[in-house]
Amino acid sequence: MTKQFALGIFEDEDVLLHAVENVRAAGVKVYDVFSPYPVHGIDDALGIERSRLPIAAFFFGMTGLAFALWMQIYMLGFDWPMIIGGKPHIGLPAFVPVAFELTVFFTCHGMAITFFTITGLYPRFKVPVMDVRATDDKFVMAIELDETSSQFPRLTQLLRENGASEVNQKEMTN
Amino acid sequence: MQHVSAVREPLITGGKTYHDVTDDICKQVEAAPNIRWMAAFSVALVFLGIFFYSVYRTLWYGIGEWGLNKTVDWAWDITNFVWWVGIGHAGTLISAVLLLFRQKWRSSINRAAEAMTIFAVICAAQFPILHMGRPWMAFWVFPLQNTYGSLWGNFNSPLLWDVFAISTYFSVSLVFWYTGLVPDFATIRDRATGKVSKIAYSLLSFNWKGSAKHWSRYETVSLILAGVSTPLVLSVHTIVSMDFATSIVPGWHTTIFPPYFVAGAIFSGFAMVLTLMLITRVTFKLEDYITLEHIALMNKIMMVTGSVVGVAYITEFFIAWYSQVEFEQYAFINRATGPYWWAYASMMTCNVITPQLVWFRRVRYSIPLTFVLSIIVNIGMWFERFVIIVTSLHRDYLPSSWAMFSPSIIDIGLYVGTLGLFFTLFLLFAKFFPVINMAEVKTILKYTVDNGPTYNPNKAHHAPAQVAAPGVPASAPITFNQHD
Repeated sequence: MTKQFALGIFEDEDVLLHAVENVRAAGVKVYDVFSPYPVHGIDDALGIERSRLPIAAFFFGMTGLAFALWMQIYMLGFDWPMIIGGKPHIGLPAFVPVAFELTVFFTCHGMAITFFTITGLYPRFKVPVMDVRATDDKFVMAIELDETSSQFPRLTQLLRENGASEVNQKEMTN
Repeated sequence: MQHVSAVREPLITGGKTYHDVTDDICKQVEAAPNIRWMAAFSVALVFLGIFFYSVYRTLWYGIGEWGLNKTVDWAWDITNFVWWVGIGHAGTLISAVLLLFRQKWRSSINRAAEAMTIFAVICAAQFPILHMGRPWMAFWVFPLQNTYGSLWGNFNSPLLWDVFAISTYFSVSLVFWYTGLVPDFATIRDRATGKVSKIAYSLLSFNWKGSAKHWSRYETVSLILAGVSTPLVLSVHTIVSMDFATSIVPGWHTTIFPPYFVAGAIFSGFAMVLTLMLITRVTFKLEDYITLEHIALMNKIMMVTGSVVGVAYITEFFIAWYSQVEFEQYAFINRATGPYWWAYASMMTCNVITPQLVWFRRVRYSIPLTFVLSIIVNIGMWFERFVIIVTSLHRDYLPSSWAMFSPSIIDIGLYVGTLGLFFTLFLLFAKFFPVINMAEVKTILKYTVDNGPTYNPNKAHHAPAQVAAPGVPASAPITFNQHD
């Protein structure tokens, strides 16, 4: 499916932030903003909600901790108890290092997998890019157009007024 | 777009624009390898050859190829293991701890330092795996069903903790490093002209487009990864030190081992980062990114951790005397004045005395002196591990079994061989991956500029849109008036 986009190209992050607010204030929906590095403050300007990844990370960590404790207690305490150095079968202090390491292991990998999955980041042979300069030195604001692209002249003017150095139209195929 | 703060030295010099940053870093990846890289790579390959030959001898003829004997049954292998793991620690410290402390100067060096961590851990892992004698059974270290491999592991043993610590450390470092690489691979992908490189970097860049939401989530992930990596890095060398500290060998049975080892690890790691950075900076002409200021800051960390290590050496001696345990006292007297006094003297000189030169500003800011100093520290830290391990073992409770250790040619081959393995991997990384985190460096270009973030969400107006005029290059000087 092809979609039409108006792309406002900006040279500076502050100008971009200003423009995002004004464009949204003018009642235009911003499709996305592409930048070469994280622009602080853009979350508020675009209305991106706070990430729930830290909550997920916490639960991954707890899973790891529970798994590690269960594993050690089950293996050494119940499945195959052995007397090692005359110590109790379930010696919790000795289980702390492995429990800690597995907590970290589960947190890190669980969160990384979640991050790549929910953001839709996965290896592709060809990546559809709006404007190749967005990973170099330009800040790109993309606004979706309808089939006739009738709003394009008006958007061009709006983006220009808010500091876009150029405005392009681009067709994207998903 | 660079403003100069009156108080601080700029983090990136040379008045770089965003595009200059992209150009400077991608140039290394896109251009054909230069002659210096080729020369260095050939040398590394020779050493890699030595590594493979030594591995072949060890596997074919067995552990008898090493210089171990009945008394000293743990020597260069574990020395090299601890040395390599320790070196890795600086990478995580730079990428995680300095991120949490908001040390923005880390941006220019974190990528290479993390790569160093990963390659150092790979080198470290060779030694315990080879010492198993049957490395194809290496998976037996993991808890496996009794009917399949060994018994379930012994979770009371620090050696098993090590398995979990090192594998967690390696995989977490790898994920952290790769997540940071994704946006930079996208930059290379969008510049790529060759067909193969376009596809390769498309795959590597994981569909990254620099979308605002992705950046937001990416920063959350980085922060949490940094948060979990910080205790992780401390735990890893703590557990490595417990390989010794939980035993009853005099000279090993010491409660200060964990912090002492962690400080030593960061100390040797920073020395290795300095060695690598000084070489990379010259080879790839990155003087504007890795400035004298960076070198001085790393020197300071090296000096602090070196002094911590020095205090630990002295504390050990004091406690040996204070404990009134005859065997403990003998272990330490033997260390300093016994047949291995030269190793002890090298350790003290390299680790405690020479780093104190960094107090002098001229030493801190001198590239040749820093380079020499970093090599000396690496040598000293290798000797530290050798001293702890071999001098504690070679004279045990029973004088009739006292022995000396001397390395065989295969021992030496394995050690210099892992240096070859390390530099081969590092040089490949430096050629095909961006050695400096471009996205992060771009975020600090402006920070050098003013006294903080220019955007304040609570203010109705931020910087006036003076750049609005089309056609004005990004490099044109912009004056911000914060208080309009």
